[in-house]
Amino acid sequence: MPAVRADSVYKVFGRRPEQAAKALSSGASREEVRAQGATAAVIDASFEVAPGEIFVVMGLSGSGKSTLIRMLNGLWRPTAGTVEIDGIDISKMRPKQLRELRQRKVSMVFQHFALLPHRTVLDNAAYPLEVKGEPVAARRQKAREALAMVGLEGWEESLPSQLSGGMQQRVGLARAFAAGTDVLLMDEAFSALDPLIRRDMQTQLLELQSRLGKTIVFITHDLNEAMRVGDHIAVMRDGRIVQIGTAEEILTDPANDYVAQFVADVDRTRVLTASSIMEPPAATIGVGGGPRAAVKTMRENQISALFVLTRDRKLAGVVREGPTSEALRHGESSLGSLLDDDIVRVGPDTPVADLFAPAAETPVPLAVVDEDGKLLGVIPRVTLLAALGNGSEETEPVDDPPPGLDPTASVSVDREGDADVSA
Amino acid sequence: MSLHNLATSGPSIPQIPIGSWADHLVTWLKFNIGVLFDGIKSVVETVVSGLSDALIAVPWPVMILIFILLGLWLRTWKFAIFALLGPLLIVSMQLWDDAMKTLALVIVAAAVSLILAIPIGIAAAQSAWVSRIVKPILDLMQTMPQFVYLIPAVILLGLGPAPGLVATVVFAMPPGVRFTELGIRQVNHEVVEAGEAFGASPWKVLLRIKLPLSLGTMMAGVNQVIMLTLSMVVIAGMLSAPGLGQDVVGAVSQTDVAGGFQSGLAVVILAIVLDRLTAGLGERAAPEARLARRARALKRRQAKGRNANTDAGQAAKVNA
Repeated sequence: MPAVRADSVYKVFGRRPEQAAKALSSGASREEVRAQGATAAVIDASFEVAPGEIFVVMGLSGSGKSTLIRMLNGLWRPTAGTVEIDGIDISKMRPKQLRELRQRKVSMVFQHFALLPHRTVLDNAAYPLEVKGEPVAARRQKAREALAMVGLEGWEESLPSQLSGGMQQRVGLARAFAAGTDVLLMDEAFSALDPLIRRDMQTQLLELQSRLGKTIVFITHDLNEAMRVGDHIAVMRDGRIVQIGTAEEILTDPANDYVAQFVADVDRTRVLTASSIMEPPAATIGVGGGPRAAVKTMRENQISALFVLTRDRKLAGVVREGPTSEALRHGESSLGSLLDDDIVRVGPDTPVADLFAPAAETPVPLAVVDEDGKLLGVIPRVTLLAALGNGSEETEPVDDPPPGLDPTASVSVDREGDADVSA
Repeated sequence: MSLHNLATSGPSIPQIPIGSWADHLVTWLKFNIGVLFDGIKSVVETVVSGLSDALIAVPWPVMILIFILLGLWLRTWKFAIFALLGPLLIVSMQLWDDAMKTLALVIVAAAVSLILAIPIGIAAAQSAWVSRIVKPILDLMQTMPQFVYLIPAVILLGLGPAPGLVATVVFAMPPGVRFTELGIRQVNHEVVEAGEAFGASPWKVLLRIKLPLSLGTMMAGVNQVIMLTLSMVVIAGMLSAPGLGQDVVGAVSQTDVAGGFQSGLAVVILAIVLDRLTAGLGERAAPEARLARRARALKRRQAKGRNANTDAGQAAKVNA
């Protein structure tokens, strides 16, 4: 069962929202319902979040992502469609049930931290438990543990205003963890932080996530952040989800030009891994083969080195053309003495960024091997360089480029275009 | 055609007797729920006269000492000097008892105003609906010339402190409502949302988040209410509400420059003392100020802790 599920969720503000949602579902455009005085913030959003995964919703301001996340804990009620948490439909819940849901199942981290300025760090972290009605000692204990988890021990008695932005957001994280809910909503949680601190926070979030196994819905407008933390990413535009997939899927196979242009300036080397750019080896030879066969194979394929595999396809080593021809002239019949183990082996999940240094050290292509040492593929230098360029395939065109990427359109769209109705 | 002609020769519209409607309403109130007003009157008179007797019973040096201590606590030593000299001047002008009567009326009227104003302000902040209804009423209450309130008040409640107090409450209440609403509305939206997102009920959000964070602005409203109360209480002297107002009214009717100036000056001194003290109270109540105080206290505690540690360390060294 998915931890969070949204099924054809609509959110329309303004006049006669239900009718507008109905019109949208039968094909009306966002502009058509706007003419009727209704603003469609979220249109037909469907997705599932598996327990323990980080699901990123990415889009520019005005794309409806903040409204979407607020429907997952009932701060906004969907105009149409259903939202399920742990299989329970929350879209029709009464206010009291919703409050209980937020106390027990879904907590939230805010863009500008939203700490209570008149309370100490400790009492801020303990706030969700206070709402739940836990006794003072118990909730302070849990809050202390949560603060220790984010590395803030020793700051319990400080006030939020005495902390830096990054530390304040760690209090926000601790507060959400202290609530003890399985689902965490993070609304642009790191967007207000400096880039370096943002990276630290992402790292810390990933560490905590691997330890605690929370289900996280993470909103961001920063593609690099989305690619870094997200197990799955939903790209939103003008209220609609235009693509859902893993970082690699979105990068290598964008659903349309909008997504393609969006991902154009991402640091591909951080997202792409060895397995996504490796190629099948041009040729290999078994350990049983002789120098004659090896030389023949190399000449046929016009390569100067050949990977040698054991019977169960494990990488045994490499033989080079020069020594092998020599050995052939001397009448050697086995490759055993020619076998050279001077190969760089990399795992399939190694980011492309980490492949450059090893590739520079060896003239032989990089060997991508699995945990058992089996050869999965090879990465010649030329492939590595090609991965830096744009290797994406043909995509279906969209009429206009995404705002913010076309230098002539960015300002005007941001200013007078879609007002962020969720702000 | 002259303007005058235009005015008289324009199309005539029927005269709407709003004035006589108001008159009928007041008469109706007097004859139908007169008992209620009698009740209000006797309660107000008991409370006001009780409090003013109590204030007068306190010897003036003690009272001045209280002013000085409050001044030192809430403001600076400079203001404490004014809190000594100002009231001394009132005493020397032989106006101390009247000043205390005025103070009693101010305290009661401000208390009643705030008891009414703060809940209305909270309701207006919580609901756009209430806000839309309350706003024009407040405008009316504030812009209607103050003297107009005295007429129905005196018909319904007779002479004495009661009509003065009612007219004062009507006049002084609006800033209390407005500042309360403003204070709550300007609490950071995201912080309020955080309360909701963790499942706090609207009531808990109000008590634990909105009110504590709007206290500073609300105290500015309290200060305004008190100042308006004082100004109206003086005018209520026309209805023989006791205190400095009566002295002023008496001086006006006798064209007594000396008496008028003296009682006027006493009002000014009282106003300055009340204003500075309540403003000081507001500054202390503001979240930023409370935070700063707490931060200082924390630092002191931490410093003490460190000193204790180093002392222990040195002691250990000496022992070794």
